Amino acid sequence: MSEPVIHTDKLTKRFGDFIAVDALSLTISGGEIFGFLGANGAGKTTAIRMLTGLLAPTSGKATVAGFDLYTGAEGVKRNIGYMSQRFSLYDDLTVRENIRFFAGIYGLTNQAIKEKSRQLLDSLKLVAVADTRLASLPLGWKQKLAFSVAILHEPKIVFLDEPTGGVDPVTRRRFWDMIYEASERGLTIFVTTHYMDEAEYCDSLCIMVDGKVAALDRPDAMKRHFGVESMNEVFIQLARPNQTE
Amino acid sequence: MKDAVLIASVGKRFGAVQALQEVNLSVGEGELFGFIGADGAGKTTLFRILVTLLLPDEGRAEVLGLDVVRSYRDIRKRIGYMPGKFSLYPDLSVEENLRFFASVFGTTVEKNYELIRDIYSQLEPFKTRRAGKLSGGMKQKLALSCALVHRPEVLFLDEPTTGVDAVSRKEFWQMLGRLREQGMTILVSTPYMDEAVLCDRIAFMQEGRMLALDTPTGITTLFRKPLFAIRARETWRLLCVLRVSPHAASVYAFGIALHYTDNRPSIRADELLAALQADGFTDVSVSVIQPGIEDTFIALMEEKQGAADE
Repeated sequence: MSEPVIHTDKLTKRFGDFIAVDALSLTISGGEIFGFLGANGAGKTTAIRMLTGLLAPTSGKATVAGFDLYTGAEGVKRNIGYMSQRFSLYDDLTVRENIRFFAGIYGLTNQAIKEKSRQLLDSLKLVAVADTRLASLPLGWKQKLAFSVAILHEPKIVFLDEPTGGVDPVTRRRFWDMIYEASERGLTIFVTTHYMDEAEYCDSLCIMVDGKVAALDRPDAMKRHFGVESMNEVFIQLARPNQTE
Repeated sequence: MKDAVLIASVGKRFGAVQALQEVNLSVGEGELFGFIGADGAGKTTLFRILVTLLLPDEGRAEVLGLDVVRSYRDIRKRIGYMPGKFSLYPDLSVEENLRFFASVFGTTVEKNYELIRDIYSQLEPFKTRRAGKLSGGMKQKLALSCALVHRPEVLFLDEPTTGVDAVSRKEFWQMLGRLREQGMTILVSTPYMDEAVLCDRIAFMQEGRMLALDTPTGITTLFRKPLFAIRARETWRLLCVLRVSPHAASVYAFGIALHYTDNRPSIRADELLAALQADGFTDVSVSVIQPGIEDTFIALMEEKQGAADE
């Protein structure tokens, strides 16, 4: 097993009396596809904000991409990629401008930006629309570009926050092809989703309930443990333990 | 059955984008009708035309027998609308929002409390909290309460469950089921294929057009090829191998199984199994399955795509 890319030990975040994330302990290895699930309000967003260096933890330990969250938050930000469905690329910029903008943000040199842009336009077959504004492109193309831009600076890990929300069933599956290909190349993927079939595609899963880890295992082991056939059933059992029908 | 909603040849264009094209359908009184499609399929545009917030370029539409262009004032009093984007007042409390919407429609919360009790009772412990400070699931419940507070005859819900977790989605659909039992006509849009089976009838939407319209069971009969579920330990490798197979018509991942169609019309499951075992897959199983809503949607999308490419 390779070096862990994320390691946390009792990572906790309090807002006043409210414990949003309560003693989160995780180890995620290089190249792993790690699914992070939970009901709305379970603490997922707060955990991701800590792991991406945007929010200081209250207590606990954590390293991400080799940097300590307390002392190296800037190093974390430079060595991770991030993509969400709602907020990723600029619709009013062209394809080329979007690549240039994000490459610049991640501190690539002008020479590197030129080279990367050419490579990316080629590999995504977007040369013909390089100077087209993003708004007029099909959603599937935008998603591909958003993912590629998020990993342009060759981070060790990419955080994907509901990358497939509201997407048609074919585009959604193509997106997972990209996730698999990137993971085969050694990129670590940290992904959240509300689609339970996508939970099945992960190497390991963490299910958060009320700020705590309710389950952390491989999908098949989790299903065996709960004696059910699908991750949907696991999720429903865990997320509302007091409600049975 | 009388029509609660009638849509005839409706089209709408935004600049170069044809948002809706030749949409025809009717929704009966008391029906729970679902519009299934991804972002950009035209669901929101259609809803905005029906709730009289947008004028159609072509065709006509009626709600409760009233024309959406001429009789928009009368329609607005009799329908409830929950937009896809959270549109309540974030600075008003839960209770203030509800009272505000009741007063706009000239009624009171007390008068129609029976209708919303089921939903609103879960919010009452937080009734003094500002709406902007609610969690996603609670915002959604409040928005539904506000859309119902004047006891509308037709309820329009535009993607009420997008971005909502699997459990909250399930609870939301249970609420819709109870409203339907009370005779309310409900039109709901969703990108989640699993929600389609909970509707009386559904329309598949893609790029501004209707791909199909039927009951959830009826629509799956549009899937005409034998469908196989293939499972193996190495799902990803299996997917890659099947994709490049000259016999594969379609291969898609569905959770732990792959759904596969073959271009040889009379191929059997045991023949596929033998071929995969010869390819070195152990722990592999192949079975014939009934196509679901999502299988059908994908097949219809591909059919249309294929026709467009020619």
